[in-house]
Amino acid sequence: MTTGVVKHRGSALWIAAMIHRLSGLALAIFLPFHFLALGLAIGGEAKLESFLRWSDQPLVKFSEGGLVFLLTVHLLGGLRVLAIENFDWRDGQKQLAALAAAVSVVIAVIFLVRVF
Amino acid sequence: MNVRLYLWQRATAALMAPLVLIHIAVIFYATRQGMTAADILSRTHGSIAWASYYGLFVAAVSIHAAIGVRNILTEWSPLRDRRAGQFAVAFGLLLAALGLRAVFAVVLS
Amino acid sequence: MLAELSVSLWRGAQQGRYETYSVPQRESQTVLDVVTFVQRHIDPTLSYRFACRVGVCGSCAMTVNGKPRWTCRTHVAKVAGSGRIEIGPLENLPVIKDLATDMQPFFEKWQQAKGVFAPSKTRHDGIEQIRPDSPVRVAADAAIECINCGVCYAACDTVRWNADYLGPAALTRAWTLVNDERDAGNAARLQAVSETGGCHACHSHQSCQELCPQALNPTAAIAALKRRTAAAYLKREIKG
Repeated sequence: MTTGVVKHRGSALWIAAMIHRLSGLALAIFLPFHFLALGLAIGGEAKLESFLRWSDQPLVKFSEGGLVFLLTVHLLGGLRVLAIENFDWRDGQKQLAALAAAVSVVIAVIFLVRVF
Repeated sequence: MNVRLYLWQRATAALMAPLVLIHIAVIFYATRQGMTAADILSRTHGSIAWASYYGLFVAAVSIHAAIGVRNILTEWSPLRDRRAGQFAVAFGLLLAALGLRAVFAVVLS
Repeated sequence: MLAELSVSLWRGAQQGRYETYSVPQRESQTVLDVVTFVQRHIDPTLSYRFACRVGVCGSCAMTVNGKPRWTCRTHVAKVAGSGRIEIGPLENLPVIKDLATDMQPFFEKWQQAKGVFAPSKTRHDGIEQIRPDSPVRVAADAAIECINCGVCYAACDTVRWNADYLGPAALTRAWTLVNDERDAGNAARLQAVSETGGCHACHSHQSCQELCPQALNPTAAIAALKRRTAAAYLKREIKG
């Protein structure tokens, strides 16, 4: 029933909700691979070790930074939603959402700085 | 989403908040130290603590992610409640199986 | 020297197209003035809805440059950036013709949410003494001024994505009745808002709160409903 372009989609809280949903989806898709990688240990320590060394590549480490961002932003966005749902209403949700995103970027950058 | 699914999803979310924080700390520590597989496995082998922590984490995320995926399917795909629910359960079981296998891999194998 | 506005209006029903008209710009002109001008001076076949023209009835709600709002309370100067405005019917509702939508689904969901007062007394009982400053009355009063304009319903992504979702207005009304000490229908009401499409489907995007012309906060009301229904479920007063 959409007859035109809906402009409020660009609003800060809509973006926050999209980031939350898409980060969750990305993490859900990533997890089976994460579990399979750890499961390599079943075949012996050498198998896991060779995977870990493969993951030392800069591109992989960069992607891991992305994963750290996704995990942190999903956690912080989720905490904001839990706060809305379980405590009295507080204004300033746009600012809180922006803060969650900013902190997540900082944490991911710290991770990348430490591994490079 | 009804009240039952809502409570399971929010409860597992709340449970995972501290688990995720610990996990991020562990990742930071392990990657900074440049830990090898031997370093990691020597710490996790036979550890009830790690088994419990990650076992709990796997159980919680399997439920949480399954319900989240169910929501996305009912809202963004042509699938309706029943089909979306079936897919979600299958996905949750997949995560649980692979996750518990991973816990087994680092604690017991 | 009067400037001319370039006004695109939705013509048709669910299928249709935008047609553009030239409307002279006037001081303190509202979007409703613009639509009225087109119907009176350019194309009498244009269909649209309005009543009070002064921002108390909610009938003139339309989508203006992508946002649902009351057209009688929207100054052209505020929205016609480069002299252009795009006006369509409210989203998420069936279009009857041009700018008029069918509000029936909106009101059906109101009923589904049990947004209807269920009396507990008869005329033979004494009048219930309700203190206006009691916490529940304060909570009800904060959410009560809804005039069913449909702006929140049109703005809501979850309404768009989930055909079962009862929507912000219906759930906010349910919340006011949950807080009405005279009401006797809470068992059924809490159940009604806890099913698929009930309050738990809300993702707190807050478009409703941002756009409500009455400055209501459905996001907060729905969050409170979530707490109330969760407690009821855990106490086995409702089924999940």
